[in-house]
Amino acid sequence: MSRELIRLRDVCMAFDDELVLDHLNLYFNDKEFLTLLGPSGCGKTTTLRIIGGFATPTSGDVLFDGVRINDVPPYKRQINTVFQKYALFPHLNVFENIAFGLRMQKRPDPKDPTGKKMVKIPEDEIRERVMEMLEVVSLKGFEHRKPDALSGGQQQRVAIARALVNKPKVLLLDEPLAALDLKLRKDMQIELKRIQQQVGITFIYVTHDQEEALTMSDTIVVMDKGSIQQIGTPEDIYNEPKNAFVADFIGESNIIDGIMLQDKLVQMYGKTFPCLDGGFAPNEPVDVVIRPEDIDIVPVEQGQLIGTVTTVTFKGMQYDIIVDFKGFKWLIQTTDHCPEGSRIGIKIDPDGIHIMKKSQYSGMFGDYSSFSEEYDELDDASLSLDEEESGDEA
Amino acid sequence: MKRKLSFLSIPYVIWMALFVVAPIIMVVIYAFSTADGGFTLANFARMGTYTVVFTRSFKLALIATLICLVIGYPVSYLMSREGPRFQRIAMVLIMLPMWMNFLLRTYSWMALLENNGLLNQLFQNIGLIDLYNRIFGTNLTFFRMINTQGAVVLGMVYNYLPFMILPIYSVIVKLDHNLLEAARDLGANSFQVFRRVILPLSLPGVLSGITMVFVPSVSTFAISKMLGGGTELLLGDLIEQQFLGGAYNPQLGAAISLVMMVIVVICMWIMNRFGEGEEQAVMM
Repeated sequence: MSRELIRLRDVCMAFDDELVLDHLNLYFNDKEFLTLLGPSGCGKTTTLRIIGGFATPTSGDVLFDGVRINDVPPYKRQINTVFQKYALFPHLNVFENIAFGLRMQKRPDPKDPTGKKMVKIPEDEIRERVMEMLEVVSLKGFEHRKPDALSGGQQQRVAIARALVNKPKVLLLDEPLAALDLKLRKDMQIELKRIQQQVGITFIYVTHDQEEALTMSDTIVVMDKGSIQQIGTPEDIYNEPKNAFVADFIGESNIIDGIMLQDKLVQMYGKTFPCLDGGFAPNEPVDVVIRPEDIDIVPVEQGQLIGTVTTVTFKGMQYDIIVDFKGFKWLIQTTDHCPEGSRIGIKIDPDGIHIMKKSQYSGMFGDYSSFSEEYDELDDASLSLDEEESGDEA
Repeated sequence: MKRKLSFLSIPYVIWMALFVVAPIIMVVIYAFSTADGGFTLANFARMGTYTVVFTRSFKLALIATLICLVIGYPVSYLMSREGPRFQRIAMVLIMLPMWMNFLLRTYSWMALLENNGLLNQLFQNIGLIDLYNRIFGTNLTFFRMINTQGAVVLGMVYNYLPFMILPIYSVIVKLDHNLLEAARDLGANSFQVFRRVILPLSLPGVLSGITMVFVPSVSTFAISKMLGGGTELLLGDLIEQQFLGGAYNPQLGAAISLVMMVIVVICMWIMNRFGEGEEQAVMM
């Protein structure tokens, strides 16, 4: 694996006695695309601000390349930030916005043998580097525009170029796509990943959008209530969620109470299901995760379980149906049309069943009784964005 | 919106026509008239006589404006960085003198600055005047403060300082905090953040502050009359004399007014050209 670049060691952060980060331990590797993912108020933005130097942790250490940087001000860190609302300088044009960081820099004079004399970066080098950056973010020809004459996506690119031109070792991105519309957001996800690979530095990305996280990240850190819930690759996080919170936050999940009879055998609704997990105590109560797309609909007589369809929603590629199994409602995604009120049987393959240990989140998620509300919450990014702001200002 | 005048704007339009446009037209007509109504340029020919007054007026107004800027900008800047409670209290304190009549405020400065006024009594009592006499070998019984150009400038600064602070403050306080963080993030230290971001973005406030202090300062007559003792004649005094005073000559008064207005307009135009780019930026 690649080299460790940043480490947060036992970091706590409290605002007015409210613990925002609770003994956080986390490291970031060089050249990796890492996403801090979580709902508003989970501490992800605070974590980013601590790395950027805009907040000082109440306790714990921030290490950069093995050196403690808790008290190093932002302008002395080899870290740059792309802010949520871009924060482009309105009085400067695109060129000057991007050149801003370079004009702030001083470096040893190459002509001075003692190496003590500091000089500004020469104008022709600034010009060259800014132009190079404009090329990277595909904004050639826009250098004389003022920020207010750019679209949201273009402003976004300028913000990225402005941060990258300083050749930081780490780029911090605080929900940079939140203000863009869906189509542009998807394009920019791919674009961001491309830029990260092209410049070859660490990106630390903060978002509450699980789909964004899955699309771009090498590593995802799922956070809630100031603690890390799970760290892993997008595949790990999706396929092997550690607890009900992660399972619910990433994708759609039915989470059912079960009992682990023995290795590879779990009991739900009084019936036994073969599965692939093991390592639990005999008869240990567990949470069982079943993804809506892993459920097959079969005729009633062949079903492992039998339930009643209560709601059908057409989603284009598939139907989202809510099925009542003895009072607990499941979400199933299927291409077959099952009319509301019909009785159906379901079958789940062993690899579609994922077993999790009981946690503080057990029983809080995974029931689709309040299906529509939950769906609205997940889809409405702007709603949670507003909460995020008020939550993180505190 | 652009072509149709809203019904609601009619009172204001009438007001403007009666009390702004009509008087200006009258000033222009008067300035080019003889006492019996004929056309003349003679009023302007006499303008050379008053070069000293013009220069003095513009000089004092300029000094007062600069002092207001030097005091007002830091006050606005520091205020904007404090908590909302502090900002509210500071704002009330700045506005407080303005709740009292302009003439009363200036009268109270007379009482303070007079030869046997409060300040001189204080200086006497704490031995400051004796100390001064001993150091410089003089034999003063009071400091001469009233009826000087300094007193006039002081009066201007005192009266117009809020007009400098308010526009600058209102621009700075609205600056997006993210911009300052972005600048720091990009390697700017505190001074550079101020120099490269805060200052250029607050320029529109500075420009309107300068306008709001300079224009009334250059045309004031009450302040110079009360604190300058009439010895330091300013443009405002000169014009007043032509209309109300002993030197009754409204045609000349109108001509002086017109010249002064033209000079002020030119000054403002140059200044606004200077800050045009920035202004647009903040408007967005």
